[in-house]
Amino acid sequence: MLTFTIRRLILAVPTLLFISLVIFLLLELAPGDPMAQVPLTVPPEVKEKMRLALGLGEPMHIRFWKWLVQFFWVEPQVLFDHYFGTAYAEGKLRVISWQTRSPVMDVVVERLPQTLWVVGMSYVVGILIAIPIGIYSAYRQYSVFDQAGTFITMIGYSIPPFFTGPLVIVIFSVQLGWFPFIYDTTHVVNDWDSFVYQLRQMIMPVMVLAMQTTAQISRYMRASMLDNLNQDYVRTARAKGLSERVVVVVHVLRNSMIPVVTVIALGLPAIFGGAIITEQVFSVNGIGAQLIGAIQANDLPTVQTLTFMFAFLIVFFNLIADVLYGILDPRIRYD
Amino acid sequence: MTDTTNTEPTKPHRSQWADVWDQLKAHKGAMAGGVIFIVIVLGVFIGPWLWPYDATFIDIRARNQGPSFAHPFGTDQLGRDTLARMMAGGQTSIAVGLTAMLLALSLGSFVGITAGFFKRLDGPLMRLTDLFLALPILPLLLVMMLLFRDPLSSAVGPERGIFILIVIAIGITSWMPTARIVRGDVLALKEREFILAARSIGTSNSNMIKRHILPNVLSPIMVSATLGIANAIITESALSFLGLGFPPDFPTWGRLLNDATQYLQDYPERVFWPGLAISLTVLSVNYLGDGLRDALDPRIRGR
Repeated sequence: MLTFTIRRLILAVPTLLFISLVIFLLLELAPGDPMAQVPLTVPPEVKEKMRLALGLGEPMHIRFWKWLVQFFWVEPQVLFDHYFGTAYAEGKLRVISWQTRSPVMDVVVERLPQTLWVVGMSYVVGILIAIPIGIYSAYRQYSVFDQAGTFITMIGYSIPPFFTGPLVIVIFSVQLGWFPFIYDTTHVVNDWDSFVYQLRQMIMPVMVLAMQTTAQISRYMRASMLDNLNQDYVRTARAKGLSERVVVVVHVLRNSMIPVVTVIALGLPAIFGGAIITEQVFSVNGIGAQLIGAIQANDLPTVQTLTFMFAFLIVFFNLIADVLYGILDPRIRYD
Repeated sequence: MTDTTNTEPTKPHRSQWADVWDQLKAHKGAMAGGVIFIVIVLGVFIGPWLWPYDATFIDIRARNQGPSFAHPFGTDQLGRDTLARMMAGGQTSIAVGLTAMLLALSLGSFVGITAGFFKRLDGPLMRLTDLFLALPILPLLLVMMLLFRDPLSSAVGPERGIFILIVIAIGITSWMPTARIVRGDVLALKEREFILAARSIGTSNSNMIKRHILPNVLSPIMVSATLGIANAIITESALSFLGLGFPPDFPTWGRLLNDATQYLQDYPERVFWPGLAISLTVLSVNYLGDGLRDALDPRIRGR
């Protein structure tokens, strides 16, 4: 198992390098000029100096190497300095956004909590709803509950978040007026009332994102439970006289969770992708909104860093899913 | 002495596809999905001939109207008929969905068959598939739209340029599941006796793929096709919704939804139609794919 984990970790390095190269080369083709916003009165030689200051003078491979160093070496140092008060990153050049002229990671750190709160909460809520639905519809296969569950999950799977988003806004904000439909990111939670407000403004984005999660995971949960319910060990457990509750919840559920846990790990990066749209709908000021803003403003360092972070999440959670599968299911031996 | 003519099968010969069709007919959800999808496609492509209003016709005096007899879905802020715009938008959305699906499908089948059939190419091609699967699709699509929109628009015109761009972008980012499924099926097929028999009478590789492999992997390809349409329609609408799709005056369902959200407070009902159209199309195609998967699986068939 350990050798497998190490081998996968080593394999992840060229994958990530390749992805960062693909993103870099794609952005290399960008027609936009970072100097386009500079007034025409600025003489060309000054413009050329500004261009050099942004690090655009060097050939392609050197810029790629510099970005790699900044992202993988300087940024971790900054993080280390921040926590331990050391000064390793003193005076070193970080990945600078063309839009704000400040380090990209500073903006990311500002915005990440919003995304994590909404995305993380919706994922947890989605899983908590999906697992009981999956268990019960497998236990009573082809019952009314199962048929209804299949239909509802199919709907949840088919309705895109950019429709459910406006739809819940129309119903709950415009018609009923229960929840605010713009997410206030400057809101500070310091007492009970502000906590309630925070909850109220989070309900709708969380609901929209959780709908997709629920649809997918309850399908997997149902299929996995069905696989296990007809196994011999279930008959044995019933023959021993165990109560139905214990058979389903302890024996079957534990075995059925193995593939579901991997699916949960695999689905997390996709949720971040879906959050881009949900953030746009509810005006949540998270990293998805940052990416869209950077794309529209032609801010290539930010776009590259954020896209790479999304790729990193996918590779990382794939790795976790593989390793978890091996740990949870002793029948699976990768070596 | 027994009469040899009696041993002849009495039933007429039934092809595999007749069996599949019988099974599919029994699947109510799939039939409903198929019918709804056909109705939507026909309505969207034939409807504009029957409907008197043009999607781009501006009647400023009739702006912001609710549903009426003349305009069943109402009109937008410039007085354009929403039903006409829905039909025009549907043409684009469905055309993008179908073409992108075809591109993804042919890419995926090509990679899958090549990887499964030629052992030497299996490793590299599957690593490539893994790499593509690790790419963050939505951010990358957004980046591609940003980079190539202007050059392509100026080369072949704004609408056609973006059509080509969206189709290619969706196509090359969604072929991987098809490739994996097809490869698995080809690997299993290669061990079968009829392949050995074909090989032993000297069938060339290209004939082998055309006559023996391709017809037998058609069923997973068809299931991927239905799911591919749904995926492509959703992706196109998402791009249009984020404002990185077709130009603003060019209706697609995603674009209409985006326009409608800007008037959410005053005219919330406008969000409903394009959203319903997208959801209904995707839902019907998904149900069709679900039924098709059951019908094409011989282990389930006949139950």
